[in-house]
Amino acid sequence: MREMKDLLFTNEHEWVDVQGEEAYVGLTEFASKALGDIVFVELPEVDDEFSMGDSFGVVESVKAAADMYMPIDGVVTELNTELEDEPAQINQAPLEGWFLKFKVTNKEQLGELMTPADYERFCEEEA
Amino acid sequence: MEGARKTPITDWNAANGGKMVEYAGWDMAVTYEGLIAEHNAVREKAGVFDVSHMGEVLVEGPGALDYLQYLLTNDFSGMEDREILYTMMCYENGTVVDDLLVYRYEADRYLLVINAGNVAKDIEWMEKQAKDFKVTLTNQSDETGELAIQGPLAEEIMQKLTDTNLSEIGFFSFRDNVVIAGVDCLVSRTGYTGEDGFEVYTAWDQLLTVWTALMEAGKDMGIQPAGLGCRDTLRFEAGLPLYGHEISETITPLEAGLGYFVKLKKGKFIGSDVLNDQKENGIPRKLIGFELLERGIARADYDVMLDGKKIGFVTTGYLSPTLQKNVGQALVDRKAIEGVEEIQIQIRNKQVPAKLVKLPLYKKRTKSR
Repeated sequence: MREMKDLLFTNEHEWVDVQGEEAYVGLTEFASKALGDIVFVELPEVDDEFSMGDSFGVVESVKAAADMYMPIDGVVTELNTELEDEPAQINQAPLEGWFLKFKVTNKEQLGELMTPADYERFCEEEA
Repeated sequence: MEGARKTPITDWNAANGGKMVEYAGWDMAVTYEGLIAEHNAVREKAGVFDVSHMGEVLVEGPGALDYLQYLLTNDFSGMEDREILYTMMCYENGTVVDDLLVYRYEADRYLLVINAGNVAKDIEWMEKQAKDFKVTLTNQSDETGELAIQGPLAEEIMQKLTDTNLSEIGFFSFRDNVVIAGVDCLVSRTGYTGEDGFEVYTAWDQLLTVWTALMEAGKDMGIQPAGLGCRDTLRFEAGLPLYGHEISETITPLEAGLGYFVKLKKGKFIGSDVLNDQKENGIPRKLIGFELLERGIARADYDVMLDGKKIGFVTTGYLSPTLQKNVGQALVDRKAIEGVEEIQIQIRNKQVPAKLVKLPLYKKRTKSR
């Protein structure tokens, strides 16, 4: 089970789970609640290369579409295609519903992400 | 929510799980339990909407009927007391100022129910047009609270709270002085969901009493407070237009497929010259329904393409909670769409194919007596 305390966060509400040279990325509970019932995700392709801040995909609720942004530079190595059929997983268990795994190509950028405590404060300000 | 006005239900909403947003300057609930659950409750049981943001204008005087005939597109001459008509209000160029309901109390007294976001604009327009008529306009929006109870169980639930036989109120008619939970109300069999149900108007400070009584009366029957989110998905499925989407100050009612509510034969009215011309010489655009054939959700304002050329734009699109299909409505060039069965919707960097389908997407189940 993934826990908040082990993750890093972006100000676009992605969570990042770094595992050695690779990392998983998903959408936080705060954002999934703000979006409401999630009914659609669009994922990129394996081997797609993104820079920090690039839009890599889309998450849509009944009401709205939101871009998913790459937390740091990376190359996609694996997709969670289950999300395409069961997008509601993101509402039910946001930390389990990862979007993609990527190879970290610039580890120094991790220092620019928020810690769990930073992110909690960030959400309080946005709420 | 700073600056946004409170309805009589805003505080109840905030205390009962409402996710609050600012809409047309009002502090309102967009969802409670969740959009899909609320949508389904209205289709299968009953949902209650706070619609106190809507505007109400009383039109009275010996010139009231002549004034409405000139101001609005529908024909009010054959109306009986306690009947309701849906109509457009147009500019001289035939585009839409607002869409509204007209309630006839008597031949010289009518209640007009207008969209929240258009209240100031509508009243300015209505006053400007009233100069040559013997009418008085009274904006009652600030004193009038409104809720809508919608769904197949709406009548059964509300009947518990009143001695008036609700089954005697037919589709698009109303009664005033209906006492619900001890409160004096005006009740009409109308709505914006495609289900049977009522809209209930009462004094601003009395609405919460009616609201909480309905929640209590329906709690064993699956009643659900319903937010603005599902109000839009429900009206969309039922093919009911939303101002700013299917109709607007750049779209005529004939383009939006609302010709039934435009009575060109009644004589001159504001916009009739252009609308007559459109009817005789061709309506430039057409509102169509479509269903996506591949993955994606078509959203409002996305481009509609045909063989690489833009022919229009999406007015509303959703994953329909009732149909479980990705569907939408679009306003397209009438000549370009002739004989066409398949179009493409530009969704971000992809053109997703879509087949044309008939509107409305969901058929009404309202009671008509």
